[in-house]
Amino acid sequence: MKFRIQHVTRYEYAETVSLCHSIAHLKPIQTRRQQCLGSVIRVDPWPAVSREHEDFFGNRVNYFSIQQAHDALEVTAQSDVEVTPCVLPEASKTPAWERAIERLYDKGDGLMIDARIFTLPSPLIPLDPDARNYAAISFEPDRPILEATLDLMGRIYSEFEYDPASTTVTTPVAEVMANRRGVCQDFAHIAISGLRGLGIAARYVSGYLETLPPPGQVKLQGADASHAWFSVLIPDIGWVDFDPTNDQVPQEQHITTAIGRDFQDVTPLRGIFYGGGTHDLRVAVDVDRLESQPTPEMPAR
Amino acid sequence: MSVPDLAPTLESSGLVDAYTPLADCFDEMRTAEGEVRPHWQYLLDALRTLGPTGIEARWREASRLIRDNGVTYNLNGDPRGMSRPWELDLLPLLIRSEEWAELERGLIQRAELFNLILADLYGPRELLRLGLIPAELIDGDPGYLLPCHGIDVSGARPLVHYAADLTRTPDGRWRVIGDRAQSPLGAGYALENRVVLSRVLPSLFRDSHVHRLAGFFRSMRRTLTRLAPHHGEDPRVVLLTPGPQNEAYFEHAYLANYLGYTLVQGADLSVRDGALWLRTLGRLERIDAVLRRLDDSWCDPLELREDSLLGVPGLVQAVRTGNLVLANALGSGILEHPALMAFLPGICQHLLGETLALPDIPTWWCGDPEARGHVLEHLDRLTIRPCIRSLKQTPLFPAAMEPTARAALIEAIKRNPSAYIAQERIQPSTTPALIGQHLEPRPSVLRAFLIAEEEGYAVMPGGLGRVASSHDATLLSTQLGGLGKDVWVLASEPERQESLLPSAELLAPAVVKESAVSSRVADNLFWIGRYAERAEGLVRLLRITIFKFSERGDFALSKANASCLRSLLEALTNQTQTFPGFIGEGAEERLRDPVPELLSLISDRSRVGGLPRTLEALGQAAYSVRDRLSADTWRIISDIDRLVASLSEHPPSQLSQALDELDPLVTSLVAFSGLSQENMTHNEGWHFLETGRRLERGTATASLLQSMLVPVSGEQDENMVIEAVLGITDSLITYRRRYRGGTRIGALLDLVLQDEGNPRALAYQFAVLSKLVSDLPRGDLSMGRTPAEKLVLKSLTGIRLAEINALIQVEGQEPRREVLARMLADLDTELAALSDAITAQYFRHEEQPHSLLRRTGTMQP
Repeated sequence: MKFRIQHVTRYEYAETVSLCHSIAHLKPIQTRRQQCLGSVIRVDPWPAVSREHEDFFGNRVNYFSIQQAHDALEVTAQSDVEVTPCVLPEASKTPAWERAIERLYDKGDGLMIDARIFTLPSPLIPLDPDARNYAAISFEPDRPILEATLDLMGRIYSEFEYDPASTTVTTPVAEVMANRRGVCQDFAHIAISGLRGLGIAARYVSGYLETLPPPGQVKLQGADASHAWFSVLIPDIGWVDFDPTNDQVPQEQHITTAIGRDFQDVTPLRGIFYGGGTHDLRVAVDVDRLESQPTPEMPAR
Repeated sequence: MSVPDLAPTLESSGLVDAYTPLADCFDEMRTAEGEVRPHWQYLLDALRTLGPTGIEARWREASRLIRDNGVTYNLNGDPRGMSRPWELDLLPLLIRSEEWAELERGLIQRAELFNLILADLYGPRELLRLGLIPAELIDGDPGYLLPCHGIDVSGARPLVHYAADLTRTPDGRWRVIGDRAQSPLGAGYALENRVVLSRVLPSLFRDSHVHRLAGFFRSMRRTLTRLAPHHGEDPRVVLLTPGPQNEAYFEHAYLANYLGYTLVQGADLSVRDGALWLRTLGRLERIDAVLRRLDDSWCDPLELREDSLLGVPGLVQAVRTGNLVLANALGSGILEHPALMAFLPGICQHLLGETLALPDIPTWWCGDPEARGHVLEHLDRLTIRPCIRSLKQTPLFPAAMEPTARAALIEAIKRNPSAYIAQERIQPSTTPALIGQHLEPRPSVLRAFLIAEEEGYAVMPGGLGRVASSHDATLLSTQLGGLGKDVWVLASEPERQESLLPSAELLAPAVVKESAVSSRVADNLFWIGRYAERAEGLVRLLRITIFKFSERGDFALSKANASCLRSLLEALTNQTQTFPGFIGEGAEERLRDPVPELLSLISDRSRVGGLPRTLEALGQAAYSVRDRLSADTWRIISDIDRLVASLSEHPPSQLSQALDELDPLVTSLVAFSGLSQENMTHNEGWHFLETGRRLERGTATASLLQSMLVPVSGEQDENMVIEAVLGITDSLITYRRRYRGGTRIGALLDLVLQDEGNPRALAYQFAVLSKLVSDLPRGDLSMGRTPAEKLVLKSLTGIRLAEINALIQVEGQEPRREVLARMLADLDTELAALSDAITAQYFRHEEQPHSLLRRTGTMQP
């Protein structure tokens, strides 16, 4: 499946901003089942400096700075992506989760050594004992890792309530565990905290989800949104994604932007600005299917 | 061991007989058999020759130098805070050349090794893939800065500056007990120790053929010049400090001065066009290299610690782009991870194909299950250290712990094993320290410094020695507590005297460029001028008031005297803004007995507007720009500091006593203004200092005249008032010479208001201000007069056009000089507006940078 994603972020400031530095995780990475066919970021006002580099996790990071006085900032990322479905093995045939952990410490296996960072606590995901105990219920001894993780995902889906009003970007894992409510980012953090508490390598995925309008209705512009889920390393298969918000193993409708230890590693857009006072933020995301061939080079404005 | 009660003094023939090294540890001076090591003999002989009084005198001299130079180290928790003086032992630590050469080889190997580790960790991470370092040790440590991974650091040695803490095990072998790889502290203190010791023990120093230190700092400068990406001929290097609150701010200012670099704080800098710039008055100057004294995670709120206000947003990107070099490279803090020590031998074999020449203390990282088992089994033989690097962390000794604390520690290790290391307990070597009149063996640590040169690392021939302030070696922790020691590496041949200044071919062009004045520096200089003048004016007014008060003798005050004294007291309250004082509520009572209020203005630290507060503010402003002040100026600031401290620690109980304290203060303050006039280059910075001074003097004079001359008293009283005003404004002699008769008040106003040749007159202040403000940098306002210029012109013209005869007219029921009052009030308002205009034009610091809200968009259900 091919998609065109348009992600517009607009800041409006109460006072003029004289200088602004930003970094964006907005260009989709390449994965086993996702190809980025082209991606551009437009920044208005025109940035004095704009550069791209690859971060520790292999994500594409864009730095830009605006040095002219401005009252509003608009960042538009437009990307064409081709996603292929994920072929899952039979869950019961995957190795026991304890065995999967042992494999992380195989000597000389670069993939495994690099994955071990995802077993450690990270700035936004401490090893919360409640989250660990919660996960442990799904991880009975010797249970195949895929089976256990699917079970955990299902439990979060049914036992936690989706409630955008209940949390912010900085709500700690422990609080979400206590209240049993949150948004996709919180659900991913909870699952990851629990998995890491057990010793399993789990990482945070940020991206988009294609939504389809109710039958017979036209899709609204800007109705899609950024999304987040988690991913677990399964020996001999690789990283497998799990979306606890929708109780799904992402197939063709999940588009990955970036991966990291937690939200902080992959924040879509962050910045430091001088002046500005208070500001208003509007975000609009559109995920559209591309029927025809995409144009690999999109014209910059 | 305790100090023996009847320890023989140095005077006795057995200078070292009483010197008993502690059991089971290596002593630098005495062998286990009790022999004095030969290379100490010369020093001991010299001490004997000096005798107790000589030693005492040298020690005093050293303390005085340290105090005068304002050498401070703000040890955590020390009540003296910022002004805790550096403590130096008179005895150097002596090391023979041959032994030093061997130590040097070990240190160089270690620096090379750490440099390779640094390059690997932020590049290919081969050491992790090969299992030579456990991945968790690095990836789980907050010192490993993920955003810095993959940055191509310029030069072969991103570890530019490195230091190791060393001690000796009982067998006499040197061992490393700690590594400093962020921004190693102490090279400046080592240099200052040397400066002091070579001055107080000149002949001993000369005859001992001690290796010189200047070459090391020359290397440092050469290296930074070489590493800086070139934009034109002379790269600009700055020294980045967290600011005057930092415990080692003295060293930052000292090194900046010595190396010829501008001392900057994060707020002075800005990233634009992907490069780093210094914000000076009205323009930006490009920075090519930064010698940082700010821990790496604080350097950039955009990519590193978001809550850092000390860094510069975009700094990491400037480095990534290759427009800037930082020494040390960002991320080098990971090398200070104490658990690395456990893995160094293997890494050394792998990376260098050599065995580790300078071994560490045997170390175990509890994150490794096998090591953890060993640690828990042999707990009482070990020292436990948390891996978190913090000044407050101290090593733990399980053997000496209470059972509950010990059990809690075991629990903590089991719960979070990777957060702890264990090391074999070692008895650090001891070195003689002069305690009182005796030599005593004290546990000691040597910090050695290295700098990367083009071909390899160079070691400072010497270093920073530290001895514990008691026999307890545990106090020699990460902070630079204890007594400092100079370290003398004894050369076999005498060396040529060197300093940084001469020898043209070695002088990098960058250092001759005068360092730029940032807004922050200008702001501080402006306030130094204001506070210094304010303090001086206040002391003069206090003195005259006290004289007047004590003149009454045993008799009741004459009416004239009383009214003059009252005016003076009111002037004091007005000038210090310490209401109600002698003006507001309760004034009558205080006027009847002014002594407590006067004493409070002189010695009460909590009194805003009082003398101690004003002088403290002066000291703080001076401290913030201490790299801009000459050694002589600094000495005066130190003197003033001491006088303030003694004033508030021993507050005078009588006015006569207070008077004695005020006299030296006037002398110091006058010396300060003299030095700033005569010894400071009249550059941009000086212009701000002088502007502050003139502004303040103008304000004080206007306020004084308002209090003294506006109310009218009888003719007899007026003589007394005139005399007092002349005394305060230091114009008595001129007045007597010039005006033998005539209307007295008119003559006085001519002299202190309109005379542009009298440095204490109001007109003079405005005439000077007019010149000063037109010389200040103009920025964008190149057309026409700046707001400041207009204000000064208006006031000066007003004074020049004023008619003395109109000013002295008396009006009203309660007779007052209303015209004069209005004019003085206007001048006061105009001066305040001028101060605001200058502040707005030059000191308006950029707004604090803010972080964008990060949640972008609602999340999908």
